[in-house]
Amino acid sequence: MDVYLPIANLAVNGLVIVGLGALTGILSGMFGVGGGFLTTPLLIFYGVPPTVAAASAASQVTGASVSGAFAHARRGGIDYQMGGVLVAGGVLGTGIGALLFRLLQSLGQIDTVINILYVLLLGGIGGLMAHESVTAIRAQRSGIPLPARKRRHHPLVASLPLRWRFYRSGLYISPLAPLLLGMATGVLTMLMGIGGGFILVPAMLYILGMGASVVVGTSLFQILFVTMATTMMHALTTRAVDIVLASLLLLGSVSGAQVGAQFAQKAKPEQLRLILAVIVLGVAVRMALGLGYRPDEIYTVVPL
Amino acid sequence: MTVGVTGFRALFLGLCALLLGGARDMVLVPEISQHEIEVRQGFTGADLLLYGAILSPEGARAAKDTDIVVVLEGPVRSIVLREKQKVAGVWVNADSTQFRSAPAFFAVASTRPIADIVDDKTAAIYELGLKWLQLSPIGVIDPAEQARFSAGLVDLMRRQGLYQENEGAVKTSGDVLYQARISLPSSVQTGTYTAETFAIRKGKVVASAITQVDVRKEGFERFVAVNAETNGLIYGLFAVLLSVGMGWLAGRLFALV
Repeated sequence: MDVYLPIANLAVNGLVIVGLGALTGILSGMFGVGGGFLTTPLLIFYGVPPTVAAASAASQVTGASVSGAFAHARRGGIDYQMGGVLVAGGVLGTGIGALLFRLLQSLGQIDTVINILYVLLLGGIGGLMAHESVTAIRAQRSGIPLPARKRRHHPLVASLPLRWRFYRSGLYISPLAPLLLGMATGVLTMLMGIGGGFILVPAMLYILGMGASVVVGTSLFQILFVTMATTMMHALTTRAVDIVLASLLLLGSVSGAQVGAQFAQKAKPEQLRLILAVIVLGVAVRMALGLGYRPDEIYTVVPL
Repeated sequence: MTVGVTGFRALFLGLCALLLGGARDMVLVPEISQHEIEVRQGFTGADLLLYGAILSPEGARAAKDTDIVVVLEGPVRSIVLREKQKVAGVWVNADSTQFRSAPAFFAVASTRPIADIVDDKTAAIYELGLKWLQLSPIGVIDPAEQARFSAGLVDLMRRQGLYQENEGAVKTSGDVLYQARISLPSSVQTGTYTAETFAIRKGKVVASAITQVDVRKEGFERFVAVNAETNGLIYGLFAVLLSVGMGWLAGRLFALV
């Protein structure tokens, strides 16, 4: 089924794109991450121009996180106060990201920066997740429970001025910490087309020290609004959102997300995390090799 | 710069006509299978048939030794061409150059290899072949570097099917009719394409004619492209609404299952 993408200016096989959306949707439903970290590189690999890929992948993450966010909202799993601060930071971050995007584009270094960011972030987070899930699985097999982790925020967070009470998260910390965290994910969302969930969730747990019951819901809430802001930002600045591409991706990802959520209820969380870690590390290694190998195309054309 | 060359060509042809005398001019009647290519849903590229007749002035058949060269050129644009180099073990964009007139599409088809038809000078004047593309680099760069960048651009565009050189792709029949097929991939730029046909005899261009092809987005595709460019706010809001709506709908539908 050939579909012509009016903004990317090329014809693609629509079923491949829907399948790609479904794959990332399943991941997002299973692991609660947006799956954007897979969509953008795969789209680029398929021949979609990098800017169009990053701009259109964000809307797919929006779609995939909507139903999850609703589900958590019904269970009371969202700290709206914390979410609001994170979103505010995230929107600021997308603005900064848009400026960075334009700067790097004019320098011709956007691709390299995106690739290096992917390698560092995915490698780091994937390594951490793999380590954590392996120790958890070992502890279960040996029957010796792991020492309970003390829920405390990072010392750096405590040193920030101005404190607010976040009741649902059970925190009394400076709102600057989540604001900065939100900003960081906003910048990444704009640059890489990812939702930032796989950075946000560990950061909320281990840096902010939020209660586990509201972490996933609040992160979905933030991702939902930040990816919306990203889509708007791209529509207004790079003008690279391809609505046809986004629709195809959405079609796959929203249904994939539902299927993934069904899977997630049956599987063990430690094993899920290990699988996710392996996928994330795989992408990171592939990207790292890509930096070092001679690329297929030495030359790239950019309109002046 | 295209204007300059076309002007030059017209002048040159005028001079030729004067020198040769009107009576000895060849008559070239070119035609294209499609003057308009509509890029709309399902567009996967297009096949253009460029055909026509070549007659001697008396209306008789053109002599056997006339060669036909067809050049189809897309809209010209200014581009930045970046070159990756390995810096500290990582491939990054390290060097770049700018071209003021790189055609978005360029295809040459001829009856025989260009080198056998005309000498290099004539080929360069009429841009007969990718080797003779006039890209007009901006700024001063040394010829070796310029040649490297031009070769890189031509190679890249060639592998994307946007630059083509088909020697022997023009078929003639009965020494009167000629035809050539040029295929445009789905990634072609929209704009006005010019198809120029040259009749060449004994290394001299004896007749030439220009026809145009309009490639443009139509219907829904046009609507999307125009709105993305001019109505960013509404376009973006629509994209956001669409993604939220589809996500919500999927959640609702699956809850029923």
